[in-house]
Amino acid sequence: MNVEVTRLPGIGVRKDFPIKGLRRRIGVIDHKDGTIYLIVSKADNPEATDQIPLSATEAAVLANLLGAPQLVAQLREEHRELDGVNTRQFSILEGSPYDGRRLGETEMRTRTKASIVAIMRGGAVIPSPGPDFTFAAADLLVIVGTTEGLDAAARILTNG
Amino acid sequence: MVANTTALALIQLGAVLFGLGLLGRIAARIGMSPIPLYLLGGLLFGNGGLVELHHVDEFIHLASEIGVILLLLLLGLEYNAAELVTGMRRSWPAGLVDIFLNATPGVLVALALGWGFTGAVTMAGVTYISSSGIVAKLLDELGRLGNRETPVILSILVFEDLVMAGYLPVLTAVLAGVSLLAGLQTLGVALLALTVVLVVALRFGRYVSALVASADNEIFLLKLLGCALLVAGVASSVQVSAAVGAFLLGIAISDSTAENATKILEPLRDLFAALFFVLFGLTTDPASIPPVLGWACLLAVVTTATKVGTGWWAAKRAGASRYGRVRAGTALVAHGEFSIVIAGLAVASGAVPIEFAALATTYVLLMAIVGPVAARVVEPILVWSDRRGVREA
Repeated sequence: MNVEVTRLPGIGVRKDFPIKGLRRRIGVIDHKDGTIYLIVSKADNPEATDQIPLSATEAAVLANLLGAPQLVAQLREEHRELDGVNTRQFSILEGSPYDGRRLGETEMRTRTKASIVAIMRGGAVIPSPGPDFTFAAADLLVIVGTTEGLDAAARILTNG
Repeated sequence: MVANTTALALIQLGAVLFGLGLLGRIAARIGMSPIPLYLLGGLLFGNGGLVELHHVDEFIHLASEIGVILLLLLLGLEYNAAELVTGMRRSWPAGLVDIFLNATPGVLVALALGWGFTGAVTMAGVTYISSSGIVAKLLDELGRLGNRETPVILSILVFEDLVMAGYLPVLTAVLAGVSLLAGLQTLGVALLALTVVLVVALRFGRYVSALVASADNEIFLLKLLGCALLVAGVASSVQVSAAVGAFLLGIAISDSTAENATKILEPLRDLFAALFFVLFGLTTDPASIPPVLGWACLLAVVTTATKVGTGWWAAKRAGASRYGRVRAGTALVAHGEFSIVIAGLAVASGAVPIEFAALATTYVLLMAIVGPVAARVVEPILVWSDRRGVREA
């Protein structure tokens, strides 16, 4: 993929790429003051763009949303031969019982036989988090287990 | 008696600042730059205006000097040397077209009014320079930062700002009425300084940054402001113009130091620059406006057309569509702080006639209003006329 990087003097850096078959561009502007703009060019006027300012947290959440499905798909592909093993993503919502608590406290492995294999935070992957890892709202958990195990994990994460 | 004078000065200064705050609020409400309103405020309270202020003259005078230095220092901070060099390399043809198309109307009007060489050089600058502050803000507000034509507009602005660094020393020399030889010498010094600063900033920018940087806000502010005033003072004592000195210092400071410096200096700049605009309005006699009003309108119409032409041509070279071209053209129309900086230098030197300040004020008032309006309405108008064209065909 060819990402076009353009300096915008006095403003920041624009990075965008064309979307195949749509004659449109999508990308971001890294503003000097730290704001990130999501930019999408308009369908009827491809040189003009819509710009959506995102705070650091909002950008991180969006990056999680975009990155997690890919990670899940990749893991699913890896243990496709193992019957009964599945991968799913769960999010720690604001006000979830585990927001601000440690991974160990879920006792996930003991209670469901499923394991938390990765966490997406701020658009970055944290692989195999230990029991001391502290959850925060907007974290995306990638969990591997049997279908029943994953259902149980979902119940634990929402109800405690 | 002394206490009384101080009290009066405080009351007047307070009234001026509070008044500016109210004007700024009105400007923000209607989504325009506050600069034209500050000028209007100055006109109202100055010589021949509604109320005359005398007790704060000295303070406002020095404050406005600091205002110019801070305006240029922050302009320099916006850029780093690499941006300037690449911007320059990419945009010089458009930059030259920009100079030719937009300085010429100013020169012609100054000559027509019989202001001679000095007036011509000054008016050239007033009509040439777009307001990078207003334009950048406009692009952000209208959501055009990601547009294809935006880098073209920005690189023209970069070019203009660099030209300012060469132009201001020439202007200072011309205004001081020095001989051609001395003038060339001044220009030589300025260009040499610019080159040295660019090279130093490209290679050793972090050392300059490290010199002024400090984790403590108070120390940082003192070092920064002290440096800026020192450099500006030295530059002005060798006739290079204080503003250029500050601009060069701004360029030499880079990266995170520059970002922090911008944050810490912005409110100070807003305060002192506002006083600068007020002073310019104060020294302009409202009664001198009507005779030059016609010329100001003519200049506004002509330079709106030439700025649009410049942007159109530059965007076309970059392969933009018709919409992109008119967007680029109208974005460049707004004039503001730097036209007034140039005019302010001229008025302070006393080398230009009284009508000059009136013409410059009226012109900038017009362009600061026309610019943002033009940038907003031109695209919808073009879309509408295209649709009509399609329907009729």
